[in-house]
Formats: sequence, C-alpha cells, structure tokens
Amino acid sequence: MLIGIPKEVYPGEDRVSTTPDTALLLQKLGYDIIIESGAGVGAKFTDDTYREANVEIVADARELYESADIILKVRPPQNNGSEHDNEADLLRTGQTLISFFQPAQNGELLKELTEKKVTVLAIDSIPRISRAQKMDGLSSMANIAGYRAVVEAAQHFGRFFTGQITAAGKIPPAKILVIGAGVAGLAAIGTAKSMGAIVRAFDTRPEVKEQVESMDAEFLLLDFSDEDGTGHGGYAKVMSEEFIRAEMDLFAQQAKEVDIIITTALIPGKPAPELITEEMVKSMQNGSIIVDLAAEMGGNCKLSEPDKVITRHAVTIIGYTNLPSRLATTSSQLYATNLRHLLTDLTPAKDGKLVIDMEDIIIRGATVSKDGKITWPPPPPKLAATPPSQQNPGPENPLPQSQQKRSWGTALVFFLGTLVFLGIGQVAPPDFMNHFTVFVLACFVGYMVVWNVTPALHTPLISVTNAISSIIIIGALLQISSDNLLISLLAAMAIFITSVNIFGGFAVTQRMLSMFRK
Amino acid sequence: MSQGFVTVSFIGASIMFILALSGLSKPETSRRGNIYGVLGMLLALTAAILGLVSANYFILFGGIIIGGIVGLVLAKKVEMTQMPELVAILHSLVGLAAVLVGFANFLDHNPSFVGIDKTIHDIETYLGVLIGALTFSGSVIAFGKLSAKISGKPLLLPARHFLNLMLLLGAIFFGVLFVNQSAVGGGMVPLVCMTIISLAFGVHMVMAIGGADMPVVISMLNSYSGWAAAATGFMLNNDLLIVVGALVGSSGAILSYIMCRAMNRNFISVIAGGFGTESTAQPQGEDSEGEVIAITAAEVAELLREAKEVMIIPGYGMAVAHAQHTVYEITRKLREKNINVRFGIHPVAGRMPGHMNVLLAEAKVPYDIVFERDEINEDFPEVDVSMVIGANDIVNPAAKEVPDSPIAGMPVLECWKGRSTIVLKRSMATGYAGVANPLFYKDNSRMLFGDARESLDNVLKNLD
Repeated sequence: MLIGIPKEVYPGEDRVSTTPDTALLLQKLGYDIIIESGAGVGAKFTDDTYREANVEIVADARELYESADIILKVRPPQNNGSEHDNEADLLRTGQTLISFFQPAQNGELLKELTEKKVTVLAIDSIPRISRAQKMDGLSSMANIAGYRAVVEAAQHFGRFFTGQITAAGKIPPAKILVIGAGVAGLAAIGTAKSMGAIVRAFDTRPEVKEQVESMDAEFLLLDFSDEDGTGHGGYAKVMSEEFIRAEMDLFAQQAKEVDIIITTALIPGKPAPELITEEMVKSMQNGSIIVDLAAEMGGNCKLSEPDKVITRHAVTIIGYTNLPSRLATTSSQLYATNLRHLLTDLTPAKDGKLVIDMEDIIIRGATVSKDGKITWPPPPPKLAATPPSQQNPGPENPLPQSQQKRSWGTALVFFLGTLVFLGIGQVAPPDFMNHFTVFVLACFVGYMVVWNVTPALHTPLISVTNAISSIIIIGALLQISSDNLLISLLAAMAIFITSVNIFGGFAVTQRMLSMFRK
Repeated sequence: MSQGFVTVSFIGASIMFILALSGLSKPETSRRGNIYGVLGMLLALTAAILGLVSANYFILFGGIIIGGIVGLVLAKKVEMTQMPELVAILHSLVGLAAVLVGFANFLDHNPSFVGIDKTIHDIETYLGVLIGALTFSGSVIAFGKLSAKISGKPLLLPARHFLNLMLLLGAIFFGVLFVNQSAVGGGMVPLVCMTIISLAFGVHMVMAIGGADMPVVISMLNSYSGWAAAATGFMLNNDLLIVVGALVGSSGAILSYIMCRAMNRNFISVIAGGFGTESTAQPQGEDSEGEVIAITAAEVAELLREAKEVMIIPGYGMAVAHAQHTVYEITRKLREKNINVRFGIHPVAGRMPGHMNVLLAEAKVPYDIVFERDEINEDFPEVDVSMVIGANDIVNPAAKEVPDSPIAGMPVLECWKGRSTIVLKRSMATGYAGVANPLFYKDNSRMLFGDARESLDNVLKNLD
C-alpha cells in the first residue's frame, strides 16, 4: 500500500510525520512512501534526504491525497477556509488517516470523515498500557514540551539557573516550581535539574512522589492522605474543593519564593484548572517567569494567553501552545517512530497490507472511525485495572508453587535426616559417634564457608578443594610401612597419584589466582 | 614423635584448610588462602611422615617427588581453556587413591575390630572404595568428554534408569555379602565385584550427561572426591581426613546446587541424564518466524564505537575459539574511548563453574568489570550494545516468555532489553537444550556469523 506524507498546513507547525530514517523502516514493512515536496523542511529534512531513502516526492497535496492509501499526519485535518488547505475535503473514501485527532474536541470533523468512510486512527486515543508505550505519541510530545518549557524559561530569565561562586561574587541558583509531574513535568524537572536549578514539584497524585524524588527534586506534599488524584489510565482527575483550597495556599506561598513556575496540569477532556491567580503573579519577584504548558486548554495561569509571551506585573508569562514544533527535528523523529511502531502492529504479515484488528486492544483504542461508523470512545480497557504482571504470567506463577514444594522437601529431608541420625546413635559405638560429630560439624563449616565464595572464583575453588582432598595421602602414609609388599605397593601407588594432585592442584590454583587483577 | 603432636598438627592443618576456603571469598584474599592451603598440607604431611611412617622412606619420597614433578608440569603447561579437563583428571586421581587406600586397608587386617566395630569398619571401607571407584571412572569419562576424546552428546541407553537401579541393587547385594564374608576373614571377591559395578556405574552416569551439563558433573565429582576422602577418614579413624572430606564434599555439593539452580533444573534430572526428554518434541516451529539480520564486522565496530555502555556475554564458544585475548584487546580499546565495558557471566556459561571468569582473568580483563548474572541483569535497559560471544541458552528469552519451553524458568541474561544485541555464532544451530532462540529474531538483534576469534579480530581491526 502507498503511504502519503502531506506537509502540515497548520500555521507554525514544523513537524513532519515521517523522517527519512523511519521511511526506510516503513519500507521494510512492505509499504511504498510518497511525500509532499517541502514537508520536512521545518524539521530540517530536505527533499533530497527523503529521495535518498527511496521516498518519492510529490509536488502538491492534492496529487498526494489522490494516490495514497494511508495518510500519516501530525495534526488533525485542518479546514482553514482556502481551497488548497482543506485537508478534510482532500481525504477520500477508503483512505486511512493516522494522526493526532482529539476526537472529543473534533466531533464535527469526525462525523464528516466517518460519512466519507475514511478510517481514522487517533494516536492520542491509544490506551496507556505498557505494550503501547512505544506508540504513545502524547508522551513523546509531552517529553519534548517539558524540555522546551525549561529552555524557553531560560531564554527569558535574566539569571543563571545554576548557583556559582565567582570572583565577582556569589550567584544564587534559580528556584523552579513544576506543577504537574506527568511526562512533561518530569522532563521539565530533569532538564531544570541538569541545568543546576533547585527544583520543587507538585502533583495531586501521591504515587509520583517517588519518581520526582528519584530525579533529586523536592516533592511538595499536601496532607490529604485520603484523597488520591489518580484518575482513569494514570491521568489526573478533578479534586475536591477542600483539597483545591489547600493546594492554592501552597501555590500562593511558593509563588513568593520561586523564580520560575512551569505548569503542566491537564485533566483529559476538561479545561485546564486555574492554579495561578493574578494575586500570585503579583506576589512573584520581578523578572520571574511562568511557562504555561496548558495555555491551549485555557491555561493554568489566569493571565496567560495562548501562543504569546506577555509581561504582567513584571512577570513574563509564556503561553506557547506548540512547544514540540519548536524542537521539530526531535519531535518529528519521535513521532515518526511512534507511528512506525503502530504500523508494525497494523501490518502483522509485513507485506504492506494494513489490517485493523479490532480485537487488539491498542488498535481498538486508536481506531475512532471505521467502515462508516464512529468507534469512539472505545470500551473501557480491561487491562487498566490489573497489575502489569498479569500480562506475562509465565515466569511469575510457577515460582510460589515450586518454592512451596521446595520448603516441603526441605522439611522432609530434615525429618528423615533426624531419623537416620537417631538410628545411627542407637547402634553405633561411641568411637564412631565422635567421628560422626566431627563429620557433621565439618559439613556445616564447609557449608558456611563455601557460600561466601564469590562465583568468580568457583574454578579456583574446585581446583583447590581438589588439591586439599588429596589429604587422603595420609591413608597411604599409614600403610606404606607395612611388611606386606602388596600393601606397601598399593600405598606407594596412592602416594604417587595424590602427590600429582597435591602439587598440581595447588600450583594451578596459584597460577589462576595470580591472573585475577583489577 | 608423640601421637599428641600428630593430632595437634592435624588440627592445625584442618584450620589452615578452612582458612584456605574462606580466603576465596574475595579475589584480594584468594592468593593468601591458597598459601594457607599449601601450609596446611605441608604441616599435615610433615606430621604424618614423622609420626606415622616407620619404614620404606625411599618409596615414599620417590613417590612424592615424582608425583610432585608430574603435577607441577601439568599445572604449568595446562591452557586455561583446558582447565575443566585438568580438574576432571585430577578428580579421578583422588577417586583412584581412595580405592587404593581402601584395598590396602582391607588387606591389612586389623585384629582390634570385633563385633559391631568390625561391621562399621567394613561398611566404611566398602563405601570409601565405592565412592572412590565411582569418582574415578566418572571423572575419566568427564575428561574424555571435555577433551572431545569422547562425543559430548549424551549417550542414552534404552532402559538406562533400570540399569542404574540394577547396578545400585548389585552394589547393596555385594555390600551385604562383603560384610558377612569379612566377618569370617574373607570378602575379597565381593569387594572386587562391587568395584567393577561402581566403575561401570560411574561410566554410565557421566556418559548419559551432555556437554552443557558439565558444570554440574564437575561440581558433583568434586563433591564425590570429598566424600571419598571422608569415608576413608572414617575407615582409618582419622579426623583430619573426615574434616577435609566434609569440607570438600559440601563445597562440591553447594556448587552443584548453584549450577542446577542456574539452569532451573533439579539435580536428579541432571544426573539421570538427557536434557528435557519429555518435551524435546516441540523445539522447532514455535519461533522460527521473523528474519535474522546479519551484520558485518565493520558495522559491529561502528556500533561499539558509538556506544556508551557495552556488555559482553561470553559462553563456551569463546573458550572453544580461544577468543578471550581478542575480547580483551577490544575491551581495552573501548575503555580507552571512555566506553563502559562490562562482562555479564551466567553461572553455567562454559564447562565448569567460574570457567569464564578464569578465561577472562587469563586475558588480563580486570575482575572488577566482570559481573555475575544477578549483579547486572537489572542494568540491561541502559546497555547500548550487548555482545553475545558463543553463548545461546543463557540468553534465550524463551525461558522468560514461553511458559511451555523446555528451558522455561531458567534465569537468563536479559540482553534483549538493551538497545541492541550482537550475537556471534558459527551457524543458526540451536544450543545445547535444542530450543530455538527467539533472541536472534528480535528487532534489535544482529548476527555476526563465523568463527568467534576471526570475527572479533576483524572487529578489532575496524575499531581504529
């Protein structure tokens, strides 16, 4: 089948849905690929590099939409009014569209495409299960947005992030508060941390505390142990009023202390919660920065304006809505890889034929329109509630059983051993029992000592125990002085071979051990 | 010299031997440990010669000197790849010595034993000879298999379990006969019969075990040689022999246990021989899908140069190809470029416990970058390139992913979790377990076909 890559028409969108590298891999799945001329320019991929990857260049979008069976895009189809840009119109019956779609916001568009019998797979509808992580375009983009948010903040911030003591005086490190520790938040924390700032983070979901702390940032905790902000699929949910009041107090207090606030708080399908009031902005020090990653959904900050950088009360508020596009090369690369993984799943036979298997939970989730029917929202994913270990029961399950068996076996061995010992004790003469005591104790000493031997030295252990076990020579020494010629002959023979063993064993052990060096 | 002095020396020797084993807990203290072992042996021998021997000094010293020279020459000449063979043949000597001492002791009728003492003494003699003969013949066969003088494939006679049972019953039968006859002054015939049975048992047992189970066999024979010494100690009423025998016996037993656990197999099934006989019917077909992607030495060098974290997983193939020195050269070059190279060793890699460690040590790889499976298995997600050299089953994802695979549950090195894996292999043949390896078909796996040594030489050339 033929995959078509149109140029993104949304203003300022620099991303492209397939890079030359991924194009090569897609061809391995059996697909042919065409691309609209100049589609990769924004992401610094020229037509020539695509050509080198056996991708055919098509001069205009109309031609591309006419010939391609599958359209890979970044943004949902746009209708900007002008004839050329109306992507929804260009899509035709029987075609498959794979892109970000936001079916909740784009209901009209979805209906229109469904009527045209365009099959639509929305990357943002892929369920959040571990198998689907490699296709999770939202996470890839969020990661980039988090990184870029810190870079934007640094751009407008008049100071160092890292603290320094210079000949010209001491510079304090910047203090950064990250609100919402999802993928974007964690990326922002990591970036800010690596630039040397002091980072604090807040999230309504207490289980992210560990992740935040593992990145060496401080987690601000509200004392609301009975309320957990984890909603469906690991996203956040709306909190109670009481909680929100406590949260706002915390932000108000933090606003006075920190230099930069990065907000990433989003609840799926709802306007972004307003977390930073005008009062808080006023209370911030002059020259502070707010980066509002939720600006597109109404903003976490009261004052932020989408796609604009504004200054209010001497605080710079950055409301860029398309941060991934500002890092177009990397975001195209990651997004293209996400798409490739999805296409790999969609092409089980690697023969270039797309198969939409509605039994597959990932493909089911992604498919929002198929055969003239809207298939969104998908039935709730069954796997979301079960722990991930359910997915591969193989190695997990047999363990407890065998362990149980083993402990029974151990008990049985001990029991039988005790019986045997008691039996021997009944009949054996005291002399034998003395030796037996020595034997059992020595076994235990051996057990304790040998478990301490490092596995790296197991070969020397075997060779040295071999040398030591030649102590059997003493048995031969006891008999060598016998008057019986046969006995002393046997003893002499034994002495000879054990000597081989003693000298050989110790010497080769020494040789091996001397080779072990740091 | 007084008996007391001999006893005290023996106690001293026992302590020295324990110190020798405990010294092996760390590479830093291991050399001192070995010296303790030598000193202990010296002390015991001096005391025994001064205190126990009264005649035939000429034969005695002749035997020690000639034997010693033979031993030293062997130790000097052996190549590290041949260590398993050397160890096997040395084990056989301990077994043989136990048999000889047992016979000598039996011929040297001691009239002081009567009644139950006599019975116990006879049983001890019998057991000492039995274990000794078993160790001897088993080790000789193991030596033959390891040095490829005998085919490494398991020899599975029909009705072999029945045969084993018969041999065991025979040994018990002759044991009873021996004790009865010995009570009236005879017993030579049953003792010889049993020795033959025991030898046959040793041969049959090791013949049925395949090459990759050799770590278990070597450990087991190591253990037996200890028990043979302990039984001889009981026979001779000598505590030093008992202590040493018990130390060595338990050491070998623990090693066998560790090796079995590393393969997720049970000791009895290893000894009974023939890997996974119940489930060998289904090895092919299940994962032959997907294609194998070959790679050239130049590309491997490229991958290695661009990596930050490299993990090398050696297996028996590295030993066979004598590739450890080239591996070290590659390691050195990469480390000069500030690439973190580490080695991941599976406990059953190679033909004896710790085999790979010794080979790498010989090639001057510092031991602090050589890690055990449990130490590094968690780190694979951060590894850029894993290089599997002549290993197969120990990196088989089927052990984790295919519940009905014959090797399911075997702890393996999870190299497929890394960014990419390069597998050096001569052909696409399955490993010892006869199980297809899905690792080769993974997206991030690349195969470098050919002799490991030549392939690595080429990689090394391309590294500059």
